[in-house]
Amino acid sequence: MSEITEKELTLDEMIARQEKERRRASRRQFWRVFLGRGALSKACFAFLVLFAFAAVFGPLLTPYSPYEQSLAHALEGPSAAHPLGMDGLGRDLLTRTIYGARISFCTGLLSSVIALVAGSILGLIAGYSGGFVSGLIMRSVDAQLSIPGLILTMCLVAIFGGSILSVSVIIGISALPGYVRMLYGQVLSLRENDYVAAAELIGQNKFEIMLKHLLPNAFPTLIVMFTGSVGSAVMIESGLAYLGIGITAPTPAWGTMISEGYNYLMFKPLPAIVPGVALMLLIITLNIIGDGLRDALDPRLRGKL
Amino acid sequence: MSAEGKREPIIQVENLKMYFPLRKGLVSKVYAQVKAVDDVSFQVREGETFGLVGESGCGKTTTGKCVLRMLRPTGGRILYRGVDIAQMPPKQFKQYRRRLQMIFQDPYGSLDPRESVYTIVKEAVAADRRPHSAGELRDRVVELIEMVGLSREMITRYPHELSGGQRQRLGIARALACDPEFIVCDEPVSALDVSIQAQIINLFESLQEKLGLTYIFVAHDLAVVRHIARRIGVMYLGRLVEVLDSDDLFLRSRHPYTRALLSAVPTTDYYAERERRRILLEGEVPSPINAPPGCPFHPRCRYATPACSQTMPPLRDTGGGHLLACHNPPED
Repeated sequence: MSEITEKELTLDEMIARQEKERRRASRRQFWRVFLGRGALSKACFAFLVLFAFAAVFGPLLTPYSPYEQSLAHALEGPSAAHPLGMDGLGRDLLTRTIYGARISFCTGLLSSVIALVAGSILGLIAGYSGGFVSGLIMRSVDAQLSIPGLILTMCLVAIFGGSILSVSVIIGISALPGYVRMLYGQVLSLRENDYVAAAELIGQNKFEIMLKHLLPNAFPTLIVMFTGSVGSAVMIESGLAYLGIGITAPTPAWGTMISEGYNYLMFKPLPAIVPGVALMLLIITLNIIGDGLRDALDPRLRGKL
Repeated sequence: MSAEGKREPIIQVENLKMYFPLRKGLVSKVYAQVKAVDDVSFQVREGETFGLVGESGCGKTTTGKCVLRMLRPTGGRILYRGVDIAQMPPKQFKQYRRRLQMIFQDPYGSLDPRESVYTIVKEAVAADRRPHSAGELRDRVVELIEMVGLSREMITRYPHELSGGQRQRLGIARALACDPEFIVCDEPVSALDVSIQAQIINLFESLQEKLGLTYIFVAHDLAVVRHIARRIGVMYLGRLVEVLDSDDLFLRSRHPYTRALLSAVPTTDYYAERERRRILLEGEVPSPINAPPGCPFHPRCRYATPACSQTMPPLRDTGGGHLLACHNPPED
């Protein structure tokens, strides 16, 4: 910036402008690292966009309904009208797979958001307050960890039913201990920093210290954990659906589709293979993107990659 | 003492004790205590700089943190303008919180890496819980930033984009944002280059003059402390062993430990350096968990008498405000 323009700008404008430039620069840096990890990363990113697109615009992409049966065409092979063929009840396989992406995305994201928010609050409180409150939270989390995850989720789903919302909440609860323990550990180390002591000295209260200093500094780790947990939430949801609990037929969840298609696996493998491959691709994609995010967000690696 | 001696004491520390319990086992049984600060008394007058020196682990920083109530002392009184704040409940202490500030040793670790210069200072201004308009806040931040010698162009920078000296200036601006009366400087220059040290020390001095600040200056660099402080307290193993005017430090110190400490300071004067005789102490500093009885220095002291291992000598005035805790001070 030259001398003259500097004088013309007020201080507020200067702050706003520099802030904007800085954000743009860090965004550029993020994409450079994130996409600079090679073809696999780029392919995964493309896949994720594709899945997300299918999930959002599913009904516009296909003329069929995922529930409409035409038993006369049951288990038909691929044709021009039905590119992936029909399932055991004569429903268009491609349509059901597209709608399945929607359910997987919904439960995966919703449950991870629930775990992220609740886990962050509990972890922050446990890590920063210490004493009795911390003990109470952490021992409760330990107690939950002592129950095998699948059994806990199965019990809860059996009690609360299998709607998308209740399955998401339950998967979120099952992912909670990981978030609480991770944030607890982060906060224990972050709170030893002098800037936390300084924040206490200038008179900020506990709430402000947690929200303005501890949470932002733990954020990159949380984001990476979040992408990882979206993948595993998708897998748990499909697992539950496959076992026939949670989201049940006729809802086109990938898990239910695999378990239905499984009956014809020997002579008509497509109805089981298509949702299976979709599920596999989505989970691999989410994991690889999680790795990319970790590299792009980790301040310790910044500038090295 | 001169005219300053008649000023009101702003901080009086009386028999300050800070013990950290060491626990073990399932029921966290206390099996020992680290006596980080043991029976320390001193006072700091308004507008004065009180230096605290001693080697690592002698309790200087802990003393400073107790005075600021960052730690709740095990015992003793801390009078801030005559009010005992040592055991005051947090709610009541809130009104004094912002008047007692600290400058940290590590200028990087004391700044939140995710906040810009502007945010760091703004938060400190805004934390007084009074309503501020956006313009007011901004003007105050700019005023503070320029007061500590940073330029307003740096306002959008982040701590990792500043040099060590600039970071320390930012730490000072944050402390000043609270309108403090009293600041504990915890080795504020030991992490900086020598040339930057001088700048920061000059800044401390000019701010003291301008704002009437009172400092406790904790350091292990005797030359720095002697320059900035008017009175100096020497600590050894959690105890204050000698308090004297800084002008007297090199000439009239009488405690054997202070003398050993001073003899370790190299000079740039060739002849003086040739004359300098180091007093080599034997052994190591004992652990504060298991401090020797009596005077903590007696196992390493050349002048120790049997009485030294029995009772801790009290801090006595030997005249002219020179306080000394020694049973058998060496004569010149």
